[in-house]
Amino acid sequence: MTDPNTLSPLDLETPDKTFLDANELVINMGPQHPATHGVLRVILRLDGEKVLGLECVIGYLHRGVEKIAENRTYTMFNPYVDRMDYVAAVSNGLGYCETVEKLLNVEAPPRAQYIRVILTELNRMASHQLWLGTHALDIGAITPLFYTFRDREEILKIFEKYCGARLTTHAFRIGGLQYEAYDGFEKEVKNFVNFVKPKIDEYEELLTTNRIWLERTKGVGVISGKDCIALGVTGPVLRASGVKWDIRKALPYANYKNFDFDIPVGQNGDTYDRYIVRMAEFRQSLRIIEQAVEGIPAGPVMAKVPKVMKPPVGEVYHSIEAPKGELGYFIVSDGSTQPYRVRVRPPSFVNLQALDVMCRGQLVADVIAVIGTLDIVLGEVDR
Amino acid sequence: MNELMQYIQSYLGSDRTPGGAGNIFWATVYILLVFGGLSVAVIAMNWLERKILAHMQVRLGPMRVGPHGLLQPIADAIKLLLKEDIIPAEADKVIFWIAPFIVVLAAFTVFVVVPFGPTHAITDMNIGILFMLGVSSLSVLGIVTAGWASNSHYPLIGALRSSAQMVSYEVAMGLAVVSAIMMTSLGSLATGLYGAGNVDSQVSGTLSMIGIVQAQQAQGVWFVFKFFPLGLIAFGMFAIAMVAETNRAPFDLPEAESELTAGFHTEYSGFRWSLFFLAEYSAMIAVSSIAVTLWLGGWLRPFPSVHGPSIAIPHIWPPADPSAPTGALDFVLALCPGISFLLLGAMCFYNVQRMPKHPLFKVQTLGLAGFGAVLALIGLILFVPPVRDRVGDIFWFSAKVTGFMYLYIWYRGTFPRYRFDQLMKVGWKILLPTGLALLILTALFGMRADISTQFLGGLGQ
Repeated sequence: MTDPNTLSPLDLETPDKTFLDANELVINMGPQHPATHGVLRVILRLDGEKVLGLECVIGYLHRGVEKIAENRTYTMFNPYVDRMDYVAAVSNGLGYCETVEKLLNVEAPPRAQYIRVILTELNRMASHQLWLGTHALDIGAITPLFYTFRDREEILKIFEKYCGARLTTHAFRIGGLQYEAYDGFEKEVKNFVNFVKPKIDEYEELLTTNRIWLERTKGVGVISGKDCIALGVTGPVLRASGVKWDIRKALPYANYKNFDFDIPVGQNGDTYDRYIVRMAEFRQSLRIIEQAVEGIPAGPVMAKVPKVMKPPVGEVYHSIEAPKGELGYFIVSDGSTQPYRVRVRPPSFVNLQALDVMCRGQLVADVIAVIGTLDIVLGEVDR
Repeated sequence: MNELMQYIQSYLGSDRTPGGAGNIFWATVYILLVFGGLSVAVIAMNWLERKILAHMQVRLGPMRVGPHGLLQPIADAIKLLLKEDIIPAEADKVIFWIAPFIVVLAAFTVFVVVPFGPTHAITDMNIGILFMLGVSSLSVLGIVTAGWASNSHYPLIGALRSSAQMVSYEVAMGLAVVSAIMMTSLGSLATGLYGAGNVDSQVSGTLSMIGIVQAQQAQGVWFVFKFFPLGLIAFGMFAIAMVAETNRAPFDLPEAESELTAGFHTEYSGFRWSLFFLAEYSAMIAVSSIAVTLWLGGWLRPFPSVHGPSIAIPHIWPPADPSAPTGALDFVLALCPGISFLLLGAMCFYNVQRMPKHPLFKVQTLGLAGFGAVLALIGLILFVPPVRDRVGDIFWFSAKVTGFMYLYIWYRGTFPRYRFDQLMKVGWKILLPTGLALLILTALFGMRADISTQFLGGLGQ
C-alpha cells in the first residue's frame, strides 16, 4: 500500500531517445486511447510492464462551465450542469436544483420529490450500466457492453418520454418539475424494474465468478479507506474500501429518508470489491424505485418560486450522492439574478487523484482496469 | 507434348501425395488449390466471426454489403488495398517492409504438410509435425521485427509481449505434441500393429502428418480417446496453448486493444495491416489443423472402423476404389458433404423468403437466391459417387477445423483478457508441469500396455 503523502513526484524529463537501452520507459497514454474513457491523458513511467508512477494530464474537455454560470441567471444555468457528467445528467440537475432551492429557501412539493428520486435512481442505474459495459470491455470481455447498452436503452426511453431528451435531460427545474409525469409513467417504471431484474443476474453470470475476471480484478488497484478519505475519494470507490458513507443516508436530501435501502460495503478496496459494490447498488436502486413508485403521492409538481430569482446574499453548499460519488455545488449569491460564483465538487475529478496511488507497482494492464473501475467521466473532470 | 500429358496423368494412378510422388505439375496445382482455399477460408472466417459474435452480443453484424453482409469481407479487402500505405518517418523502412511478409510466409508455408486426405496434401514429410511447429514459430520473428521497426512504444511493448508469449506456449504445445507422437507407436501391440501403415513408422512411431492419422486409423482410436484420460489432457493442453500461440482472446495481449491500441501492428495500415490479419487467421487454421490431425483423426470420418450392415448400392458410376467398404454407415456418412451443402443452400433460400419485400432489396434477394443455388448445386455434385469418394476426407477434415474456428469465436465472445504475468503463470507453472507429467504417464501407460501384450498376452484375454 502506497501512502499518498510520501509519493515522490514523477521525473518525466528522461531523454526518450535511449529508451531501448534503459530499463525505464515513459509512455504516453491518451488523450486518444481506446481505454481512457474520453480524453484523459496519462503519462506512465514503466519498468518493463511495471508501473513506477503516473501523472494525469486533464483539461482537454474544459469548457469553463463554472465561469459560464457567472454570466447566466440561476434558471439559465440549469441545462449547463447536464453537460458535466453527461451519463448521469439527472443527478447533476438534482444537485443543482436542490442547491438553489436551499439558497432560495423553498422546497419542492412531495410529488415532485418522488418523481425526482425515481428518475435519479434510474439514472444511477444507467450510469452504472455504462460503467459496467466499458469496464468489462477494458478488461477484454466485449459481450457485457452490448447487454448493458441494450438495457440502458430502456431507461433512456423513459427519460425521452418524460422530458424529450435522452442524455442531457434537463429534467428538473428549480422548485420542482416543469412537467407532470406522463400517463402510464408508474406502470412503465414498474415494467422496467421487472424487466431489468433478471438482466442484472445475467451480467453477473458472465463476470462475477469468471476465473479470468477474478484474476484480473482481485487485489488490483487496492486503496485503503484511510487513503480514500485522505484523498477525498467518495462514492462506490470509498464504500468498496469499507467506509460506510453514502450521502443519501448520511446527510439525507430529496426524500431519501423515506425509503428503506442498504448501503453495500466492500472490504478489500480492490477492483473486484468495487465491481461487487456497484452490482449491489443496482439492486438497491431497484428497491428504492419500487418503493417510490408505490408511494408516489398526488399533488402539484412545482413549488411557488418567483419568475425572476433573486436569492438573498449569502453562500450555500449542498451535496448529493451522484452515481460516481459526492457531487457538491457551492454557490455564492450577491443578491442579483446571477450567481456571483459557482463551484462544483465533481466526484470524478477528486476520484481521479487516487489513480497514482492505486496504480504504483501494478502492471500496465492494471492501469486500464483501475481507470475503468474509478468510473470517471471526463466531461465532469474537466468541466 | 505427349510426354507432358503422360507425366501429368502418371500421378493420377498413384496413391501418394504429389510431393511424395515427385510430380511438380500436381504439386503446383495443389499449392494453388491450398492457397486459394485458404484465402476463401480466411474471408469466410472473417464473415462468420463477425456474424456469430454479433449474434452472441444481441446485434446483427454486417447487414448492408450484400445479403446479410456476405460481401462485407470483400469490400473490406478492397478498402484495405486502396488505403494509403503509411510508413512512419522514424521507422526502419526495410525491416518495416519485410516484417509482414515474414509473418505471412510462415503462416502459409505450414500448409505444405497439412493432410486433407491420405493423398490430399502438397507433400508428406517424415518430420511433418516438427516442420509445422518450427515454421509456425518463425512468425514470432516477423512480429518482433514489426514491433521494433515501428520505432514506437506501443508496438514495442506489443512485440515484447508477443514474443514472450509465443515462446513460452510453444514449450507446452511441444510437450502435448510429443505425447501424441508417442501414441503412434506405444500401446499398439494389442492391435497386432506396431506403428502405422506408413513405411517410416513400421518400427517406431512417426512424425509424418499422414503417418499420424494412419496410425489412428490402424489402431482404431482417435488419440484424444487413447489412454483415457491422457489423450484428452494432452488435447486440452494443446487447445489452450494454440489459442495463446495465435494471440487470440483470451490471450490476445500483444494486440490488447484497450491497453496497447493495436499492439505490434499499431503503426501498420492498409495492405501491410491486412497481411497481418491474413497471417493471424491462417495461423489459426494451421494450429487447428495440427490439433485435428494429432488428436481428432484428421481426415477420418467418425467411427472409421464401423461399417454397419453391408448393403448393395446400385452404381451409376463404378466406385473409385472397388475395394472400399460398402457398409450402410459408410454410405450414409459419405452423403454428409452433399447434405451439408444442401442444408446451407436451404438456409439461403429460407432467408431469401424472409428478406424485406421492397424494390431496394431486389438485387440482394436475387443475389442470396443465386448464392443458395450455387451451394445447392455443389451439394448435388457432391452426391456423385466418384466425387463423393474423393472429397469425403477433405470434408471431414474441414468440418473438424471449422469446429475449432467456432471455438475461437466463442472464446472471444465470452472471456475477459488475461494479464501478462497471469498468462506466463498459466504457461510455465500449470501447462509445463502438466505436460511433463503427461509425457511420463503416457510412456508408462504405453509400456504397460505393450509389455502386458508381449509377455502376458493370451493370459489377459
